[in-house]
Amino acid sequence: MKFDVAIIGGGVVGLAILRRLALGGVSAVLLEKGADILSGASKGNSALLHTGFDAPPGSLELACMRAGYAEYLEIRERLNLPLVVTGGLVVAWNDAEAAQLPAILAQAHRNGVTDAVKLDPATLYSREPHLAPGALGAVLVPGEHVIDAWSAPLAYALQALAHGASIRRGCEVLGGERRGDVWMLATSQGELRVPVVINGAGLYGDRVEGIARTPPFSIRPRKGQFVVFDKTAWPLVNAIVLPVPTERTKGVLVCRTAYGNVLAGPTAEEVDEREAPTVDQAALEALVQKARALVPALAGHGVNAVYAGLRPATESKEYRIEALADRGWITVAGIRSTGLTGSLGIASHVAALYARDFGSLRETSAPIWTPVPNLCETRERPWQAADPGEIVCHCEMVTRHEIDAALSGPLPAGDLGGLKRRTRCMMGRCQGFYCSWRVTQLASGRLADLPAEPLPA
Amino acid sequence: MSTHEVIIVGGGPAGLAAATELRRLGIRDVVVLEREQQAGGVPRHCGHPGFGWREFRRILSGPAYAERLVASAAGVPVRTGTTVTAIEPGGVVQTVTPKGRETLRAARVLLATGTRETPRSAQLVSGTRPSGVFNTGSLQQLVYLAKVKPCTRAVVVGSELVAFSSLLTLRHAGIRAVALLEESDTVLAPGPARLAASVLFGTQVITSARVLAVQGSPRVTGVEIEHPGGREIIACDGVVFSGRFVPEAAILRTSHLQVDPRSGGPVVDQYARTTDSLFFAAGNLLRPVEASWTAWTEGRAAARAIAASLRGNLPEAQHHTHLEARGAIRWISPQRLAHPAPLPVALPLNLRVTHPLRGRLRVMAGTTELWSERRRLLPERRVLLPLSAEQATSVAEAVIDVADPVAL
Ligand SMILES: Cc1cc2nc3c(=O)[nH]c(=O)nc-3n(C[C@H](O)[C@H](O)[C@H](O)COP(=O)(O)OP(=O)(O)OC[C@H]3O[C@@H](n4cnc5c(N)ncnc54)[C@H](O)[C@@H]3O)c2cc1C
Ligand SMILES: Cc1cc2nc3c(=O)[nH]c(=O)nc-3n(C[C@H](O)[C@H](O)[C@H](O)COP(=O)(O)OP(=O)(O)OC[C@H]3O[C@@H](n4cnc5c(N)ncnc54)[C@H](O)[C@@H]3O)c2cc1C
Repeated sequence: MKFDVAIIGGGVVGLAILRRLALGGVSAVLLEKGADILSGASKGNSALLHTGFDAPPGSLELACMRAGYAEYLEIRERLNLPLVVTGGLVVAWNDAEAAQLPAILAQAHRNGVTDAVKLDPATLYSREPHLAPGALGAVLVPGEHVIDAWSAPLAYALQALAHGASIRRGCEVLGGERRGDVWMLATSQGELRVPVVINGAGLYGDRVEGIARTPPFSIRPRKGQFVVFDKTAWPLVNAIVLPVPTERTKGVLVCRTAYGNVLAGPTAEEVDEREAPTVDQAALEALVQKARALVPALAGHGVNAVYAGLRPATESKEYRIEALADRGWITVAGIRSTGLTGSLGIASHVAALYARDFGSLRETSAPIWTPVPNLCETRERPWQAADPGEIVCHCEMVTRHEIDAALSGPLPAGDLGGLKRRTRCMMGRCQGFYCSWRVTQLASGRLADLPAEPLPA
Repeated sequence: MSTHEVIIVGGGPAGLAAATELRRLGIRDVVVLEREQQAGGVPRHCGHPGFGWREFRRILSGPAYAERLVASAAGVPVRTGTTVTAIEPGGVVQTVTPKGRETLRAARVLLATGTRETPRSAQLVSGTRPSGVFNTGSLQQLVYLAKVKPCTRAVVVGSELVAFSSLLTLRHAGIRAVALLEESDTVLAPGPARLAASVLFGTQVITSARVLAVQGSPRVTGVEIEHPGGREIIACDGVVFSGRFVPEAAILRTSHLQVDPRSGGPVVDQYARTTDSLFFAAGNLLRPVEASWTAWTEGRAAARAIAASLRGNLPEAQHHTHLEARGAIRWISPQRLAHPAPLPVALPLNLRVTHPLRGRLRVMAGTTELWSERRRLLPERRVLLPLSAEQATSVAEAVIDVADPVAL
């Protein structure tokens, strides 16, 4: 098969680009080293759809976020993507923070988020009755919403596949060489000839960039840890409750999740890890404390799950997106902390760079829509519909049909993590105490990392 | 909406014993709702012996015991594959079956949904999050139900009785149990457990050991631990977090019934009635874990209370004595005594302590001592408190604690 473009990296950014190019009639292949898509930064984040109210004014990041936000809302129903309408509240807890609210509001307005308003404490508490006492006021950003981290990238992948794109998983790009006007990419699945390469390698963005040039940036992973409270906590929080940010971090937020839980996090820690970020008991305990300080009633609710994600940060805040016209290369790196939101906007921007420097786009007039299964608790889940059949995961109420579907189709789950991300099985309060055996049985022989050795009879 | 005399939620030892007893007592319209494809509860996957002696005068393996329970309940419809998603006032039970959602109603409802262990995540254990991390329950189901060997060298965390169930399960699967770790300075399981672990299983028992981190990705490669001798990394490809049971109280927590934050189970009286007298509870849902015999006994006793209540022989409580656990008392269940108390109790007062200690276990009503006794008390052991409702008839609130405690 001959491809016009190879995208390195199956995170949300690479997948959104794959979709955009496929819809533009470009023959593209995506190469992902993990056993499944979303093996890097995109597998664990806060899952917020940001308005860009606090992004640097005039930045490419802001432009991509605004465009990504708008396109997500435009396409989400046809792809069956969730939207939990929450709004965001930047809450001030002391005089110094209260003094910053006007500037936060002004920046929001400057960034085009014109519906942001300031709330006095009485209005704040009428919206968030469970918030700890003592807040001095807040900025309400009505357009900040909760989505989920996995449905959208999966939908982008499926739509790209429907339009003829290819995805190769377990395919690591090891190196490459420019010969004339083509790249010879060395991968763990053999050599690939392709005229244009897009670096969407996330946490390995600098290493992959080294194929094309001495990387002008380095990735400095910044870890974010989270705790997920039980579903019983859902009524305690309405909006995304954010602190007034500091120079270094946006701070710890508390919000609902699309899966019906309450989330607290993330931390912001410079780390050397690029893979399998570790959680740390002290940090997790601090998050639980922090969340219970913000919402005291959380004290009566347990923690179901914990996780950590890595932001592919670089030396600077701005996205590193650039086309090397003479080298057949597009760099899409440093998509640090807004990539879920920004990905569709980034994809359009990258498609424009491609059209400018490398080839033409023929936008399809009849897109094929590939709705994904609904994982979101605010809409009907399969178990609630007629004839749900067997329920396998009792905590998250995942049906056997959902698990079977996730193990088949054009992009079946590649590993257990991928199956969990497609269905939520084993992700609830018991973490697989009840259902891991049944999941193992149903997925037997189909996932890379499941125990497969049968017991001797 | 289909209606019944009694709906039993959960087909484990407690629920099935209750079904059998209700039928024996002549209550005709009883139905058991069980979300798994097979009734029997946790014993279904305890493939080792240790069940049934008191109930059936036989030493049975868990699965054989589960079969006996199901057979005993013959005649009572047991609807498997039926999940209860909510309970509501008026005896309403929301379910989902393979065909879809269905609302049921009963004159009385018995909740018997059991317990489970606390997963690693809720214990906030540091490290990577690889596959190969289990509870005893999930390990057992992989081995005995899915019939796979999920790892080859395992470390067991915890030394409650259930940890020995882990060791038996590991051995059955041909998995080497390299170490058993306990945070406190003694093994919690009764009897010569430490010796048994090392002699029978060749497992190194390390007390005062804390798990610092789980290592490896995508599979476990080891656990880093800290103990009085220092830090070390134990190489393994499986970690079993055993014990630390919590009631499976999901449907309770979103219901109108009161939950006791200490036990994690419902607030009940000595007749197994929850704070809505149409709803009863029995078995390990009441509080973290007891042996199946106890759950079975509670199920039968709750059935007798339900039958009495259906026949008008168990009057509504006029007032209660609320029991409050303090100090070294981790929880007490039942949490309140109903007055009047015309029938023999269904559930004896039982409690757990937080750490090994000696002292005077007592029940205080203000400054008046209602009952006391010098005791040596160990954690993870069932402690019965022989206080009768009559002794507390006029008391609105009583406090249970240990006076003059000496830690052991
Ligand atoms: C804690 C945290 C919270 C966040 N919260 C939000 C939020 O609320 N809203 C929001 O919009 N964004 C959020 N983000 C940001 C968002 O998650 C990231 O911006 C986004 O995931 C980056 O995606 P990516 O595709 O660039 O990188 P990645 O997801 O890392 O994708 C890169 C992929 O490339 C693969 N790869 C790497 N090297 C190679 C190679 N040599 N060959 C083949 N494949 C390779 C990797 O396996 C990986 O799958 C958050 C991030 C974190 C960590
Ligand atoms: C690993 C392990 C080893 C053990 N070993 C022994 C031993 O050797 N000897 C011994 O005596 N005891 C042993 N026990 C204890 C024994 O298993 C329990 O005491 C007993 O199973 C408790 O019975 P139960 O009916 O209260 O709960 P369970 O057995 O847990 O049964 C509860 C039932 O309710 C169902 N259920 C839960 N929620 C719902 C819902 N929403 N809708 C419908 N159904 C629902 C569950 O599927 C389950 O079938 C062991 C326990 C464990 C975990």
